[in-house]
Amino acid sequence: MALNITGRKLFVKALKEEGVDTIFAYPGGMITDIVDELYKTEEINVILGRHEQALVHEAEGYARATGKTAVVLVTSGPGATNTITGIADAYYDSIPMVIFTGQVPLHLIGNDAFQEVDIVGMTRSITKYGVTVRDREDMGKIIKMGFQIASTGKPGPVLIDIPKDIQTISGSPEYPEHVDIRGYHPNETVHIGQLKKAYRMLKGAKRPLILAGGGVRIAGASGKLLEFAEKMNVPVTTTVMGKGVMPENHPLFVGNCGMHGRFAANKAVTECDVLFSIGTRFNDRITGELDEFAPKAKIVHVDIASASISRNVSVDVPVTADAGIALQRLVEYAERINTEKWLDQIKKWEDEHPLGMPNTKIGVCPQDICEAINNVFPNANIVTDVGQHQMWASQFIKLNSDQKFITSGGLGTMGFGFPAAIGAAIGDRSKPVVLITGDGGFQMNMQEMATAMSAKVPIVICIFNNSNLGMVRQMQQLFYGKRYEITDLTADDGNYYPDFLKWAESYNCKAIRVLDDNDIINALEAARNNTNGPTVIDFMVSPDDLVLPMVKSGTPLSEMILR
Amino acid sequence: MKNRWIALYVENQVGVLAKVSGLFSAKSYNLQTLTVGTTEREDVSRMTISVTADDATFEQIKKQLNAMVEVIKVIDLTSIPIHMKEILFAKVFGLDGEGKTEAFQIAEVFNQGGNVKIVDIGVDSVLFECTLTEHKNNELIALLKSRFKKIEVTRGGAVAVESISSSYR
Repeated sequence: MALNITGRKLFVKALKEEGVDTIFAYPGGMITDIVDELYKTEEINVILGRHEQALVHEAEGYARATGKTAVVLVTSGPGATNTITGIADAYYDSIPMVIFTGQVPLHLIGNDAFQEVDIVGMTRSITKYGVTVRDREDMGKIIKMGFQIASTGKPGPVLIDIPKDIQTISGSPEYPEHVDIRGYHPNETVHIGQLKKAYRMLKGAKRPLILAGGGVRIAGASGKLLEFAEKMNVPVTTTVMGKGVMPENHPLFVGNCGMHGRFAANKAVTECDVLFSIGTRFNDRITGELDEFAPKAKIVHVDIASASISRNVSVDVPVTADAGIALQRLVEYAERINTEKWLDQIKKWEDEHPLGMPNTKIGVCPQDICEAINNVFPNANIVTDVGQHQMWASQFIKLNSDQKFITSGGLGTMGFGFPAAIGAAIGDRSKPVVLITGDGGFQMNMQEMATAMSAKVPIVICIFNNSNLGMVRQMQQLFYGKRYEITDLTADDGNYYPDFLKWAESYNCKAIRVLDDNDIINALEAARNNTNGPTVIDFMVSPDDLVLPMVKSGTPLSEMILR
Repeated sequence: MKNRWIALYVENQVGVLAKVSGLFSAKSYNLQTLTVGTTEREDVSRMTISVTADDATFEQIKKQLNAMVEVIKVIDLTSIPIHMKEILFAKVFGLDGEGKTEAFQIAEVFNQGGNVKIVDIGVDSVLFECTLTEHKNNELIALLKSRFKKIEVTRGGAVAVESISSSYR
């Protein structure tokens, strides 16, 4: 019999056995024991953020850049509630993560104790699984379950709440290698009959289109997707979360579809006769008005979560499977079909309305910045915040196969970008990280500059600064008679706060302001050469620049606003 | 929109009831009744749930329940032979002698093998205890309401089980 150990020791042992080498943590009264245990551990790098919400976004960036399950450790009460937005973000974007929260001692639970909240209850609808450890003997099993559930099937966040006394009680030192969970059976097979039916439907199509979402990326199946599309000669469109699963210069790649998708891609969705969708949940940003989504098409839907199938869009052939497993089979079946006429038609649509922004009169053109980033950082991981800049990035950033596009797709969380970029850079130091952010979203988590300086991550922070909350302003401009209520971030005294250059200076962070298109490349190159830490580039862009095309919320994809 | 029945086997743990019922409120599903109790295994509970939903929503509800880690098994009771009962207590007040007689007559008519009884009696009131189907309980309540001025109803929610022939099919 091995000797009993404390809960805090078992916690660290569990992390080590899971191969965790980095965690994102913020201390507090109910995790002081675990924090003390981490002090004694060399193998785990503890990243101290400056706000718990940012910690979770950092963990998301880390998970996206490495493919590993990220770990967050926070205290009870406000430490726990601050993580909620991040957890919801990770849930919507299927990011594997285990969040450990401290909790008041067992005998105080329910007493409205200092810094007590029912965090498991609060996060029930935004976690894959959540539980409070109520018995020290269950701790090993619960942590193992957490890692298993977070990383398998459709990945997602798991929250484990550990009361303070559980951390110090001695108990079994065992950390199980595997736990059988009778209510959890992630899909690891594919129904061959259904898949063949789906394949035959695609094979018989005259105007076929593959719609690939983030599920293809999560499954690591972009190579198989490319092979399948090439063998069959079928064009591919992607969702924002699927961006990058097809090489963007490939002749079969039509571009992103959806609210701010390419004209040709949305036309192709509208006109195709078979839509072969894989790894997407048909979010409303992708479909537009549901009744008129792909109106001429038979729809195949391959998804790992059966609950995603036939929820938003009613489907002709449902296939419940991991995208990788399905594509592995599909590649074996694939035979070339005649799509030349259809591909020509898509090409015509593309020529009719290619993506491109008009020359701006004021400031720097966002398209030019994105294209310069493509040239100066051809192998960078690209991280975005949420807003206009995100959509411009989704339109104009061109990804190679080994680049990642890390963005908050489902929840659309402003404030995601900067911490996610820090996490991505910590996770994968082999690649540069370029953050594309807006001046609004950046301010939501700009306290993380201290974290970035401390971790010495050479992130290139490109602020598309139009001194406005541009995406909402765009709606006001187009749909609300230019009544710009609470979207102008300029202060009442006529100044813009903060001056990002002076602000960066206070962190000893290199900062550059770019007012003219001709200075874009120089600024990016200077940032590339600054490998000791982050660089802020404050790009002054016009508040009147629009993200186009645009499908107004609740209208069909075919009704795009083009100019 | 149809009324439908599901039985669920779930982990007998803190928070599972909240998680299952939370699904119905979070996704705006129309929950009619939910009952829960332990099974022959003390770590497993069984729920009987009734919802009003169209076909697509009902499919979605089953899938969402199946996706929960705490849910061990989902059984759709809608189209299989089942036995279903609901416990009902009904107090009837303000009865004169004639009213009491009528209450006893009603109990007698509805009673089959002891499933409707009057189990308590006061100066001007009686207490019905019924173990009927939900539908039959509805009928009884409607009748009591139409005949008497003041009644007080306490219902337990339906419990259902597959008939033996279907569970061993």
